[in-house]
Amino acid sequence: MFDIDLWREIFQSINMNRTRSILSGFTVAFAILLFTILFGITNGLINTFEEGFKDDATNSIFVQSGRTTKAHKGLQVGRKIQFKNEDFDFIKEEFGDKVEFITARIYKNVTASFRSEQNSYTVRAVHPDHQFLEKTLMKEGRYINQRDVDERTKVVVIGRLVEEDLFAKTIAIGKYINLSGIQYKIVGTFSDEGNDNEERIIYMPVSTAQLVYGNNDYLDQINLTYNPKMDFDQALAFSTLITKKLKNRFSVAPTDQRAIRVRNMAQGAKAVNAISFGLGLMVMVIGFGTLIAGIVGISNIMIFIVKERTKEIGIRKALGAQPKQIVSIILIESVIITTISGYVGLLIGVGVLDWATPVLKDYFIKDPGVSNSLVIGATITLILAGTLAGYLPAKRASRIKPIVALRDD
Amino acid sequence: MLKISNLHKSYPIGGSSLHVLKGINLDIEDGEMVAIMGSSGSGKSTLLNIIGMLDEADSGDYILDGLPIKNLTEKKAAVYRNKFLGFIFQSFNLINYKNALENVALPLYYQGLKRKERQEKAMFFLEKVGLTDWAHHLPKELSGGQNQRVAIARALAANPKLLLADEPTGALDTGTSFEIMEFIQKLNDEGKTILIVTHEEDIANMCKRIVHLQDGVIMEDTFVNQVRTAQNV
Repeated sequence: MFDIDLWREIFQSINMNRTRSILSGFTVAFAILLFTILFGITNGLINTFEEGFKDDATNSIFVQSGRTTKAHKGLQVGRKIQFKNEDFDFIKEEFGDKVEFITARIYKNVTASFRSEQNSYTVRAVHPDHQFLEKTLMKEGRYINQRDVDERTKVVVIGRLVEEDLFAKTIAIGKYINLSGIQYKIVGTFSDEGNDNEERIIYMPVSTAQLVYGNNDYLDQINLTYNPKMDFDQALAFSTLITKKLKNRFSVAPTDQRAIRVRNMAQGAKAVNAISFGLGLMVMVIGFGTLIAGIVGISNIMIFIVKERTKEIGIRKALGAQPKQIVSIILIESVIITTISGYVGLLIGVGVLDWATPVLKDYFIKDPGVSNSLVIGATITLILAGTLAGYLPAKRASRIKPIVALRDD
Repeated sequence: MLKISNLHKSYPIGGSSLHVLKGINLDIEDGEMVAIMGSSGSGKSTLLNIIGMLDEADSGDYILDGLPIKNLTEKKAAVYRNKFLGFIFQSFNLINYKNALENVALPLYYQGLKRKERQEKAMFFLEKVGLTDWAHHLPKELSGGQNQRVAIARALAANPKLLLADEPTGALDTGTSFEIMEFIQKLNDEGKTILIVTHEEDIANMCKRIVHLQDGVIMEDTFVNQVRTAQNV
């Protein structure tokens, strides 16, 4: 039942004892403020970590080649290992459905020009699967497709920043771009969630690059993603197997670390997950520590308040207040103060995080913030805490004999 | 109105216990104005507290308006206090953050009256003690005599059967004391039963009956000729 008179009594008590109310509210507000800021900053750190790996698929495996550092099977040290189309096909056939997507990469640096605009860019010659490996987001047009690879068409897909640099005044799609003297048709533009450099890339079919740059079947790198159904251990075993087979295929010593290099993103992803988990755990411990400190703080204040109000309680009892009524005024007052001041602390915390976002960006903290569920959770925790903090002193107060309370001076 | 027989009360002090009331027998009729006198430690305040249900007796009977007061739950005691008793204390015991009107209205709040009704009634009693103009002042803005009048208005507000006053003039100067006593006499004239604890002879003489308490027993219980305050002023 809503009892307006009870609320009037409580608000009068809060309002007329303002210093007391503000002091007790301050404790709670401060605890929640710290809690919010701490949570927000940790979220920001986690965001930064996750962003660093958002660029590429987390189940990627990169295969690169270099020169041998050990003599093996009568072959000399310093021999250059060169991947070719047949190696690409070998991996594709050998591992079957363990491979989700696979693409080769050839890197070339080119001078690109359109009309009077000119600039230097990196060309990546790739297979169509590359789009999924790199998480390339198409803005307009299409990506490199299998027909481009089969027919060695002279088409390119350019990054958002390339388009901005060279095609400031017009639309890039359908235009011809000059890359170091050869004209290519632009069939698509893309963006990428990675850093800006990713958006300064020009993609072309792998076969076109092989034809234009040297008429060979060389590949610089082979990237693939493993079947997402594999767990972490299976993924690591898979990349070890690829390494072993390739080393065998190129007659490289099993202990040679340079000639064939296989990098598995699962390792990095696992580390990021571990760090995120660690940070989360840390913030839970500190955050809940802060909350508990706040609860203990308000409990102490409530005990003090009850002590201070002992005489008032005695008077009220002498005038006919029932124990239940004594408990409710003290308890509800406690809940109101905790809830309001906790909410104020939350608002200030969110405000501080908002205000500090641009500054924090320099310290690897991206988009710090707290989620709605956290806000609601913290508010409920507060109301519970206020009830808990208020109940015991209120219960004790209601048991004080009026004669004892009245003698209290 | 009030019947007390063979009432005992002792307080534990350290290991032993202090026997404060040693078998009190007291009958008070409707409309009486009784002073309980005695030196400090005679047990007069303890007796008043038991009568006021602020404290409990160890043994003996206490019947108030036909109701035996024994083994009350806190809740029941609260209801009885609210319904039957009005308190006037030496130190006024007003709630310091409530103004005069709100203080007077508080027992009515615990009676469950509506706000408007409470305020009207409280105003009526404030008018009766002559403090209409001070209704919205806090206790700290009022003089001692005015505060005691607020307390009296509060005690009256619940329309109690019995008015209990514990040294009502203890904190006041002589002039103000007489004013307050005059007022209490007027209430008695209107038919209220009043019980006053005091150690001052002249205050006691303004009542109709004086009960002398010494070492926890009633030494003397006499009806006296009431001294009207008007004769003193």
